[in-house]
Amino acid sequence: MPALDFSFYTWANISTYLLSGLYFSVSLTIAATIGGIALGTVIALMRLSGIKPLEYAALWYVNLLRSIPLVMVILWFFLLMPSAFYNLFPGDIGQKYRAEICALITFIIFEAAFFSEIVRAGIQSLPRGQTFAGQALGMTYAQNMRYIVLPQAMRNMLPVFLTQTIVLFQDTSLVYAIGAYDILKGFEIMGNTFGRRVETYIMAAVVYFIISFALSMLVKRLNEKIRILR
Amino acid sequence: MIEMKNVSKWYGATQVLNDCSLNIEKGEVVVVCGPSGSGKSTLIKTINALEPVQKGEIYVDGVAVHDKATNLPKLRSRVGMVFQHFELFPHLTVTDNLTIAQMKVLGRGQDEAKQRGLKMLERVGLTAHKDKFPGQLSGGQQQRVAIARALSMDPIVMLFDEPTSALDPEMVGEVLDVMVGLAAEGMTMMVVTHEMGFARKVSNRVIFMDVGGHILEDTSKDEFFGNIEARQPRTREFLNKILPH
Repeated sequence: MPALDFSFYTWANISTYLLSGLYFSVSLTIAATIGGIALGTVIALMRLSGIKPLEYAALWYVNLLRSIPLVMVILWFFLLMPSAFYNLFPGDIGQKYRAEICALITFIIFEAAFFSEIVRAGIQSLPRGQTFAGQALGMTYAQNMRYIVLPQAMRNMLPVFLTQTIVLFQDTSLVYAIGAYDILKGFEIMGNTFGRRVETYIMAAVVYFIISFALSMLVKRLNEKIRILR
Repeated sequence: MIEMKNVSKWYGATQVLNDCSLNIEKGEVVVVCGPSGSGKSTLIKTINALEPVQKGEIYVDGVAVHDKATNLPKLRSRVGMVFQHFELFPHLTVTDNLTIAQMKVLGRGQDEAKQRGLKMLERVGLTAHKDKFPGQLSGGQQQRVAIARALSMDPIVMLFDEPTSALDPEMVGEVLDVMVGLAAEGMTMMVVTHEMGFARKVSNRVIFMDVGGHILEDTSKDEFFGNIEARQPRTREFLNKILPH
């Protein structure tokens, strides 16, 4: 086995091959987290609404998406969404960033299933008395959710959200299936270009590790902080 | 002010309120006592429909609480309630706890809500704590803030559900003092409590409930404490256990 050689990791090469990929992976993670929590909250509220059709719709949404591998959801969406859909975006953005748009939408849809379960657990873990107190002050169901229940549920669930975000960040590598340019894709192209595939995959693992591990440490600190707040 | 007619409630097959009727006039202070499992807390929560009932009628200031068409949030905004475990909102400061419902429910402006809230906070003697979070206060202080929060809504009646049961003994007094003051001002109050000293001092009437959700006694304070021989055997047994010998 030839000796490892990392000398091709010059700043010029890193910025040429990796930075835009890293930028995409990170933005996809952030956007999918925000979108996933927003959609997930709606689904969680449907699930807890006590209105049967909404409850079942939410239940099936969650069960279905949790039973299908993410990479399949990405592929299905990519292959089945008609071209006309991408023309809805202004200019040629839709056609130019087809894979990226597809990735963002599927990630939001997929992660919402997981985030909705976290939100639901957060809501259900609050003492019943908090809802009573809001009701007794004359708040409607919606006001109670908006001002009393959800803020507390979200705060208590913050570490779990972040943990899910770490998984999400790692999952963004699955966009290779539709050819979007993420960090892993950047490493792959770099490896092929310099004929150094082993070194590039080692470095890719290091980058994923550093980012994920740093986030895990953040989760740990948050957990301690929230324990004090309670 | 509060009228309850033949109210019954079941949890599944278990009956928790059994044909309860009572009447509370404006300005009256009524204490509800009884052993645990007698349905006292359930009874008081039916008055603002936190607990729905299956049978009977409940009226608060003429509004039919049991009627499905009644605007419950509106009714509840006029009925103050204080809970055993305080139930302050832990993510909000004391001031925000006092103002949020005034603003969102009554539609008061921030300045007006704050002014009203802080006035009530002063009344319970906790102005210095206005910027703290509930978790930074003692149990007694939290319960006093909870009373101030209910009063900020200008309620027509106040319901207390075991307001001192979760407190350390040395904090019971400060909460009872606030309640005694309220009663002296003529507030209509219904109080579920085991504090017989409070019942003796400020109540007009005492209701005794027994297991299964029966109202066994509903009588004036003087009769209840002064003529123990005339009480039901079950009531005498209960009083013997909790009154100091």
